[in-house]
Parts: sequence; structure tokens; C-alpha cells
Amino acid sequence: MTTDFLPGLARPEIFLACAGLFLLMVGAFGGENKVRTLSWLAIAALVIAALLNVVPAEGRATAFAGMLVVDGYAAFAKTLCFLATAAAILMGIEFNEREGFARVEYPVLMVFAALGMSIMVGANDLITLYMGLELQSLSLYVLAAIRRDSIRATEAGLKYFVLGALSSGLLLYGASLIYGFAGTTNFDVLAASMIDQAGATPIGVTFGIVFVSAALAFKVSAAPFHMWTPDVYEGAPTPVTAFFAAAPKMAAIALLARVMVGPFGPLVHDWQQIVVFLAIASMAIGSFAAIAQTNIKRLMAYSSIGHVGYALVGLASGDEAGVLGVLVYMAIYLAMNLAAFAAILCMKRDGRMVETISDLAGLARTQPVLAAALGIAMFSMAGIPPLAGFFGKMYVFLAAVSAGLYALAVIGVLASVVSAFYYLRIVKVMYFDAPAAGFDRRLETGPAVVLAAGSAITLLFFVWPAPLVSAAGAAAASLFAG
Amino acid sequence: MIEAIVFYVFSAVLVASAVMVIFARNPVHSVLFLILCFFNAAGLFVLMGAEFLAMILVVVYVGAVAVLFLFVVMMLDVDFAALRAGYAKYLPVGAAVGVILAAELVFVLAPWAFSPSVPEAIAVPIPDPGQIHNTRALGLVLYDQYVFVFQAAGLILLVAMIGAIVLTLREREGVKRQSIPRQIARTRAEGVETVAVKSRQGVDV
Repeated sequence: MTTDFLPGLARPEIFLACAGLFLLMVGAFGGENKVRTLSWLAIAALVIAALLNVVPAEGRATAFAGMLVVDGYAAFAKTLCFLATAAAILMGIEFNEREGFARVEYPVLMVFAALGMSIMVGANDLITLYMGLELQSLSLYVLAAIRRDSIRATEAGLKYFVLGALSSGLLLYGASLIYGFAGTTNFDVLAASMIDQAGATPIGVTFGIVFVSAALAFKVSAAPFHMWTPDVYEGAPTPVTAFFAAAPKMAAIALLARVMVGPFGPLVHDWQQIVVFLAIASMAIGSFAAIAQTNIKRLMAYSSIGHVGYALVGLASGDEAGVLGVLVYMAIYLAMNLAAFAAILCMKRDGRMVETISDLAGLARTQPVLAAALGIAMFSMAGIPPLAGFFGKMYVFLAAVSAGLYALAVIGVLASVVSAFYYLRIVKVMYFDAPAAGFDRRLETGPAVVLAAGSAITLLFFVWPAPLVSAAGAAAASLFAG
Repeated sequence: MIEAIVFYVFSAVLVASAVMVIFARNPVHSVLFLILCFFNAAGLFVLMGAEFLAMILVVVYVGAVAVLFLFVVMMLDVDFAALRAGYAKYLPVGAAVGVILAAELVFVLAPWAFSPSVPEAIAVPIPDPGQIHNTRALGLVLYDQYVFVFQAAGLILLVAMIGAIVLTLREREGVKRQSIPRQIARTRAEGVETVAVKSRQGVDV
């Protein structure tokens, strides 16, 4: 029955699972005073897991009887997810201690969430997909509510959980329709049986694709499935929000691209219109709804919805250049988003966190370095050259144009102009408004490191883009080779 | 003949008790009807030759899930009469949604087509029951082909457990705890005191 068991290919997953269990034991017996050690161990485990990623010599291999696939695409997405998770843990260490919810479970749940992401992006079967998604989501629900004495965090966790459970239900319903049509859950076999149908798609399969893509759109918080995002981002503790906006988004986008291009690849004309709609709606919501926000975490939530829209523009083209665009866009998004959240984590006055945009007034005079770093992140998100965000947008829009989706590309550029308004307003508040009381001078190590690294990547990407772009190119090629 | 009679008895009781789960006024009775329901479904499984599923249904659903429901129903003291208050008012809307959903399901499922490649694609071939015991057949699939997702499911349950503990466990003040080492380390000298009580004076406690 098992022709290709090959557990060696699942090295990062097996390592992370063991590391998570080990950390849990250390936490259970070490108690709350071991949190700092645990966080560093978790970061080390994630970095090691990223290093354990290998691309098999033949380009693509499946393990565990076809349940898990290892290829350049999975390795690329996993590496980014692991590093982004490690950065999120790093940013949270001191914050959690200061705010009084430094708990041993925090890094452990982060590691399990990363394991879930890794299973998601390596899924080669609808069952694996679901298991990875649930492992990741369940960890995220708990993390959202981990500051259990705060009403807003509890509300965020509950809201996320209820809506997330609903979307999992949609996913399962869609998956069952697809299984009912094809008699299999394996992506390779599914793709083969979809080819038989190219031309006239049976209505059941169309429904299945709609349900699955709606559920995955929820997970990437694409409009119109974005309603939970602002509330959850605002309510959850800031390091958790930074994590939500980074690694899980990367994993969910990578999963969406794999599902669309892999098993549903032959039905591109069916799902293309769904993705185009999701992209346009997300870009519109991300640009217009963010204008009225006063809370910076809510603003970042809408901004992340918009960024998902831009990434989906790349996916909508449905070809290798499009997926390359998605991967480059998401990698750059991770860097600038983590930098922006690291700056938000530095926004504290007299030891208390402040979250409104007006608190940033005159930051350029009180703390020029912090203002410059946040400014770089904002300019980059607005897509202003020569910062990295511009190149991300360029790759996805070029892919859309070469696939003939001119209207989509034009709407994308217009939306990005509108979104520039609120990104640049933050820069204006920091540089031209009368200074408010400055923030606390002492920066914490974690956010400072992430801020420096994220800003450096955003600022200097144009000097040496080759490593990222060629890695993304190889990853996209391996997705289409299979 | 006898098989058909048994089937109809089990099915009739199953459907009747399922209806009673919804209509029973007392929630405890609902749960008891649910248990009856599970037993009859187990009977149907046995008739189909799926004895492993039948036993699992009894052990897991009757033994654990239904008892859990019973605990919840008894401990939460939900006022079901209050929950049902708007029943008549919302019935038309609910019925309309139900009818629309049912119609949509018909539209989706009526023109159902199977992929021509289904026979080759079927994920797990169904083994001949004469050749292999069905417990063994399930085990072969679960621990062989699906071992990866089986382990992942285990991790999901672990995360659920961690989550429940993180979100609800609180250290309470002033709780007296049992300390077994201290109990064992106690000696007669510190536990018992011999006092010579003088007449009409008592002892200080």
C-alpha cells in the first residue's frame, strides 16, 4: 500500500513536532520563570527547522503515501513562515513580560502554529490540507485570547474562533463535494481527473471550488471574508497581531496558490474569476476602509487586507510569472510588515502602550531613528520606488498584464494610489505635526532587532534582489513542474 | 426475512428516538433518547458487517460523548423553555431558509456527475471482507497510508488541550492542597502529644 513512505522528507515537520513537545515539557516542569529560555529555544528550533528544509534532487517528491509534497515551492514558503514566526516570538519576549502575560505556552503554541503552516504549504491531499490548517488555526485562536484578563483579547479570540470554525466547515463541505466527484483526495490524482473534465465543469465541482476558495479566502482575510480581521488585530496583544499579519498569511496564500494551481490547475477559467473578484474587493476595502482609521493596529489590519489583494492579483494570472509575483510580494510584505509592527511595539509612553495614529505626532523630532524606520516601512507599503514594496507590486502587476488582465492591473494601481494616502498621512503626522510627548527612549532588544532587519531588507532590496527573486522563481517553477 | 425485520426494528426505533431528541421537553430526556439513538445505529452497523464501527459508536459516543452531554445539560441548567420562546415567531424565516437551502442542494446534487477516472482514482480500495477482518483493514489504512495525518490529528488534540488549560486554569488563593511527601514525613512525635490532664482543668487546644 505504501509505495513512497520516505519520512526523511518531512524532516522540518518531524523536528518541529518533537521540538514543540520538548518545549512543552520544559515549560511544564520549569514553570513561568523559564519563559525567556523557552522563547529562545523556540526561535532556535524554528531557525533549525528552516535550515532542515531541502529540495529533493529530482525537484519534487511526495512522502507518506502521497500525503505530503516536498518541492522548491514548499521549501521557500516554509522557510519564510519559520523565520517570520521566529521574528514574532523575538518581538514578544519583553512585551509579554512587561504586560504580565509571559506564559510558557506562548512560544510552544507559536511552534505548533509554525508546524501547522509547514503542513499546509506541503499539503498534497485535502486531508493534509485540513489537518495543517486546523493545527495552525487552533493555535492562533488560543494565541489571540492568551491575554485572558483583557476583555478585548478574549473577544478577539472568541470572534476568531467562531468565524474560523465556520470557514473550516465551508472548507470541509467543499472538499466533500470534490471528493464526491473524483473519488480521491490526493492532489495529483485530482488534477488528473480534472483534466478529463476540461471544457464543461460539472456543477458539483464548481461548488466545491467555490467553497474551498471561500474558506481559504477567509484564512488569508481577503474581502469579502475579512470582517474578523480589524477586530482581531485590534484586540489581540500587539506581538500576536504582528504574528497574525505575517507568517499565517504567508502560509495561507501559499496554500491557496498550491490548491488553485495544483488540483484545480486544469480549471483555471473557473477559479480565475473568483480570485479576480477577491483581489479587487480586497484592494478596494484595504484602500478605502483604512482611511478613516485612527487606531494604528486597525489601520494595519486594513492594510494587510489590501496587501492580500495585491498578492491575489498575481495568483489571478494563474501562470508561473504570477506565482513568482505572489512569492516575491509576500516575502517583501513579511519584511515591511514585521518592521512596521516592531515600530508599533516601540510606541509606549511611561511604560504603557499607545495605539492611536495621533500619538505619533512629531516623532521625527523626538525619536528620528524610529520615525525614519517607520517611514521606510510606510513608503514601501505605499509602493514608492526604490523601496522593496514597489518591486513586489511591479512583479504582480506585470504578471497580470502579461496574462491579459489589464482591468485588474489598472484597478490595482488605482487602489495603490488611494492607499498611498493613508500610508503617507502617517509619515506626515510623524514629520510635520507638532510633537506630542515623546515615547520612552529605551527600545527593547527584540523589536529593535526586527525593526533593523526589516528596514534593511526593505531599503536595500533593490541593490541586490537576485537571491530572493531567483529563489522565488525556482519555487514557482517547481509548483508548475509537478 | 429475519434480517429485514431486525433492520426495520432498529431503523424505526432510531428515527423515532432521533425525533424525540428534538421534541423532548426535558433536556435530560433528550440526551437519554440520543443514547438510544446511538445504540440503534450501532445495531445497524452490526447488520452491515461493520462490527468495529458499531463497537466504536457505543464506546465513544455512548460512553464518552453522551455522558459529557449529560454532564453539560445537568450542570449548566439551561432554561430551554426560554430558548424556545421565539420558536413560533422565527419559524417562517427558519423554514424559508431551510427550503431555499434544500432547493439549492437539489440543484447541486441532481445533475451529479462522477469523474470518469473514479475507478482508478479511489483513494483506498475496499478489501474483501472475507479476506480481511474489518478492524484490521481499518488499522492498515489508518496507520499506514494515513499515518502522517493521524499524527497531525494527535497534535491538534494536544493544542486543543493546551489551549483549554491556558485559557481557563487559574491559580486560586487559599486552596488547601494535599502534599503527599509532607504526609509521609510526618512522625508520631509531631502528630501526637501526650498530656496529663488534671482534673477539672481541660487542655489548651
